[in-house]
Amino acid sequence: MAVEIPDPPNDKTLFRVGLTRDEYEELCRRLGRKPNIVEMGMVGAMWSEHCAYKSSRLHLRKLPTSGSRVLQGPGENAGAVALTDNIAAVFKIESHNHPSAVEPFQAAATGVGGIIRDIFTMGARPIATTDPLRFGPITDFYDPDIPREAIERNRFLFSGVVAGIAHYGNCVGIPTVGGEVVFDASYSLNPLMNGMCLGVVNPGELIRAFAQGEGNKVLLVGAKTGADGVQGATFASVDLAEDVQRDRPAVQIGDPFLEKCLIEATLALKNHPALVGVQDLGAAGLTSSSCEMAGRGGVGLKLNLDNVPLRQAEIGPYEIMLSESQERMLMIIGKDGVDAVGEEFARWGLDSATIGEVIAEPVVSLWWKGGEVAHLPTALLTTEAPEHERPTAAIPQPKPLRLDGNEAVRLAAKRALPDDFPIKLELNTPFENALALLLAHPNNASKRIVWQQYDHQVQDNTVFGPEAADAALVRLKDDPGGIAITTDGPGHLCMLDPHLGGQHAVKEAYLNLLTVGAEPAAYTNCLNFASPEDPHVMAGFVAIVEGMAKASRALETPVVSGNVSFYNQTVGGAVMPTPVIGMVGYVPDVRRALRHRFPRAGLSILTVAIGDWRLDGSGLLWDVLCERDGAVSAIDFSALVALKDFTLTAIYDGLVASAHDIDSGGLALALAECAYGEMGAQIELPAELVQAAGGLAETLFGFPPIGLTLTVPPEKERDIAALADAYSLPVYDLGETGGETLSVAVAGETKPAISFPASALAAIHNESLPYWMGT
Amino acid sequence: MKAGIITFLGSNCDDDALYALGDVLGADASRVLYNENELPKLDLVVLPGGFSYGDYLRCGAIARFSPIMSAVKEFADAGGLVLGICNGFQILTEAGLLPGALTRNDCVEFRCKWVNIRVENNQTPFTGELSPGDVLRVPIAHTEGNYFDRPENIARLNEENRVVFRYCDEKGQVTPEANPNGSIENIAGILNEGGNVLGMMPHPERACEELLGSADGMRILRSIALYAVNRADA
Repeated sequence: MAVEIPDPPNDKTLFRVGLTRDEYEELCRRLGRKPNIVEMGMVGAMWSEHCAYKSSRLHLRKLPTSGSRVLQGPGENAGAVALTDNIAAVFKIESHNHPSAVEPFQAAATGVGGIIRDIFTMGARPIATTDPLRFGPITDFYDPDIPREAIERNRFLFSGVVAGIAHYGNCVGIPTVGGEVVFDASYSLNPLMNGMCLGVVNPGELIRAFAQGEGNKVLLVGAKTGADGVQGATFASVDLAEDVQRDRPAVQIGDPFLEKCLIEATLALKNHPALVGVQDLGAAGLTSSSCEMAGRGGVGLKLNLDNVPLRQAEIGPYEIMLSESQERMLMIIGKDGVDAVGEEFARWGLDSATIGEVIAEPVVSLWWKGGEVAHLPTALLTTEAPEHERPTAAIPQPKPLRLDGNEAVRLAAKRALPDDFPIKLELNTPFENALALLLAHPNNASKRIVWQQYDHQVQDNTVFGPEAADAALVRLKDDPGGIAITTDGPGHLCMLDPHLGGQHAVKEAYLNLLTVGAEPAAYTNCLNFASPEDPHVMAGFVAIVEGMAKASRALETPVVSGNVSFYNQTVGGAVMPTPVIGMVGYVPDVRRALRHRFPRAGLSILTVAIGDWRLDGSGLLWDVLCERDGAVSAIDFSALVALKDFTLTAIYDGLVASAHDIDSGGLALALAECAYGEMGAQIELPAELVQAAGGLAETLFGFPPIGLTLTVPPEKERDIAALADAYSLPVYDLGETGGETLSVAVAGETKPAISFPASALAAIHNESLPYWMGT
Repeated sequence: MKAGIITFLGSNCDDDALYALGDVLGADASRVLYNENELPKLDLVVLPGGFSYGDYLRCGAIARFSPIMSAVKEFADAGGLVLGICNGFQILTEAGLLPGALTRNDCVEFRCKWVNIRVENNQTPFTGELSPGDVLRVPIAHTEGNYFDRPENIARLNEENRVVFRYCDEKGQVTPEANPNGSIENIAGILNEGGNVLGMMPHPERACEELLGSADGMRILRSIALYAVNRADA
């Protein structure tokens, strides 16, 4: 190596390689010698937060990861669960947050590319992606404190991320079937770009990321290696710089066409007898893939870097090992299979190069121009990476709400939608004004301007695409069933109460699957947080993980894969804790699956509500009024499991015509969402419900910790009541579908609290987001 | 009917066309790779949707040079039925098998949505089971679907009844609002002079089962199969 480094290395060198001085000294001690610059770069990347999970590993072990269906838990490219004897779902969620703050288009594109590679490297055909996104406010109407420049930047980041997802996902031919977009001040200039991919494979055909068999060959396939994204993992493990543009060279460029060819070539080879293991090159590129594969197999790899196909001639071993050039994979192939594998890749127009072989000694040994340039034990880079028990602060007690429901509605009544808002509404009550403000909020508006840019139908499996139901649903062509997918991450509830918020995140995903008729199987999680070095952030992280663990155990939904993204903060502030749950479930018969909208007139509307009904954390308080105090209600998990059995039985027995969960948007929003299909309803809120909720305003705009609305044909009402009794579930009869108006009154009162034409609700839903974006 | 679906590098609706023609319709459908030089004996060649060669340079501009395209041209010149869907339509215009060009949507972005198309001509091998004025609900999914050609060429297409489908509203009215991409005269699908090559931007193969939202696309595929069977019998 030509690079001269001072001895001992100075702060600048250590910063460049991503090691603290303590870590450097620890490294010297463990090696019994001084590392060279290539080794320092490799260790810096592998010991980074991004690769080593050094702040989180200790706590992630609390999550349940096993179960009778689990074929592969965390630690591989992706997790896998058996849905039937012949079908395994392979899925994972990842983040690409830091790059998205800098170069949103390419960052989002490569984020999609990376998560797709995690799936097909397992031998699974990717059949769907979803993209949960978070951005700062795109309007200052609701929160006048957001500076104008931040609004502009947030709009730019939003448009760029969406365009990048569309660019990559559309080209690669995997439908983007769902996702979320949530706007909140804490994400201003700190966007979160999470991507989840789901694939299917016969359980017997799963490929693992193992290196094994002394003398087996190491193939690097796909794109050539360039200097792009060198040390992206290190970049993702520090706060974003004030001048984010400076970091643009740390962002990689994606080539979805190349990825499409990689998918086909890899899947064509999945049953090839010479194939031993496959791993994609993600963060820390060749460094992480080589030492992780070797580490899992308990072997070593000897690599000759002269054989790595390069995009630019002038780069050396440091860049080669740390490049994050996209669309590359590492394969371990039996000696006799190299030619056949190379031919298959060539058929898809792809390079493959034999860059080394498996050796018995558990080290990664790198050779370049005739000399050994690195010699590191694999365990040092993987299982023995440092682990920190970061200090945690005490979690503050939730602050009591400063407003009751009536005060909140009165406060909202002082605001009116802007004069040029495209939908004119006749507002007769303060409740109607509050609902109009809530419906028009970017968080509740239709995200059509997003998902119409995504191909959500390719592969001919999409039964429920974006906004069609509470969860997306893709059918399986060789099976009467399908797989439902949802992503949920109620950061605001985690902000109010991290332990209960973590439970609510899992519960929301679980409920969304139930309402379409899916049996929840397992989930993946993407934990988006600010700096773990801040004891308050770390305390929230620990409480949220413990909350998720509690929910997972109670609901028997293990965690099979995941990702942690720390340091989501800039000079402008830090993101609120945002655990995003991506849960999948099996629907045994897709023809029975349900949407959320009122399907026809003359159906009874029932609500199941379990637990303390609260206004705290509701859409009216949090989004419309920017009131951010309050507590979170506890979840009765045994009742939730009973609700699962009740709901799935009711759906499979044909007792229910539609189903929708009630989340923190509140009951009125949930009912409005059911009416977006322009079918109205006459709702009479039972007195005991209003009393339980604490008042009319609380009933309309608050929410129970577990809540569902169902529509039931009149002839099935008796059956559903008997079923609810059998499971001891409290069911309220709210009224009936029909007419052109959604009218909500307290039972016995003639004057409705809310009366909106269903067509007006649909118009607000459809036209708000383009309006706020100024398009 | 024997149908061959061409898989170019980057095609991504090839499997969907195989599924719709093979599994749903029950035709004898198989894949033909881009690098082959000959076609097997076929009644129908499908150029499927997707992003052949990433749509780099220009949609369809690279795919037209694939080895298989010489055989596809010969097949078309001999009167064989060729259906180009979406990217397949773009490839056909680049290859000179269909006139005109598909330019960027007037909204500038990719659009994936359900649209309605009106059948303009049922005297074709692709639409025999349909009637003029029938409205089909089918999806589009493209960035470059804005059909363009010189006015005299458009006039000729109209005179020769070679516009097979136009974007319309639910009632069959051809309106500017129903035009999803800015195509001249709401053109959604056209024929070559010989009447044996059809290019269309909407995806009939995505509309073959009510479960997925519509089975109207199957009416087109069934028309082709019936034509092919009758032709073989004749």
